[in-house]
Amino acid sequence: MGNSIKLRATLDGTTTEVKAIIKHSMETGLRKDSKTGELVPAHFIQEVVCELNGKPVMTAEWGGAVSANPYISFQFEGAKAGDSVTLSWKDNKDGSDSAETQIKG
Amino acid sequence: MKRRVFLKGGLATSTLAIAMGAGLIAPRVLLAAWPKDAFEAKNVQDALKNLYGGDLTEPSDKISIKVPEIAENGGQVPVTVSSTLDKVQTISIIVEKNGTPLAASFHLTDASLPTISTRIKMGQTSNVIAAVKAGDGKVYSARKEVKVTIGGCGG
Repeated sequence: MGNSIKLRATLDGTTTEVKAIIKHSMETGLRKDSKTGELVPAHFIQEVVCELNGKPVMTAEWGGAVSANPYISFQFEGAKAGDSVTLSWKDNKDGSDSAETQIKG
Repeated sequence: MKRRVFLKGGLATSTLAIAMGAGLIAPRVLLAAWPKDAFEAKNVQDALKNLYGGDLTEPSDKISIKVPEIAENGGQVPVTVSSTLDKVQTISIIVEKNGTPLAASFHLTDASLPTISTRIKMGQTSNVIAAVKAGDGKVYSARKEVKVTIGGCGG
């Protein structure tokens, strides 16, 4: 669990900033393998959910045009240091992962 | 012999019950189905129509798109969209000239600040469009051109 995700949540004043990098090939399905010349099947993250203390604060839907090894950052109010932030993803081949961190003050 | 079978059956049933119970205790976040039609749309209008139910957006200067003027690597183009519109619900990032323009949609909550950063792929020089659904239910948009030296969609 969480091996594909680097997750950080930092509190600055009243604002929490979440930054995450996910290890994923994000294949569009349109790229040709340089050796075989065949199309590499589509394999990309479709859903991302971020929860604060178990409640969603950000959800996203992605297509194949999000870069390989996706980076994402966003901000929210109303959390405090030590609160739990989880980020999970699901791809088009039913692969998934999630990671948890505590907000650093 | 029969008793064994019965016990086994009973065990399987209770395992299932526990699994279901666990599911109830920690329900997975319910997401609307991934909007396949919007992501597979071949032009901006169809993507918007499938995403927001209408292909018209109101140009707004309350949306800012931060992108590089020139992207040497179209495979990793950093994009930050932020907005001063009221109660932003959704921010979608669309690349006008990509084969399938919709790249991503982010749904925010009341606690969210209306800003999101990510990296996207661009096949060629194109406008990057940010479509933002605000609290009044309207969809606003802004665009900014990125010149791409090496495309990030082919092989």
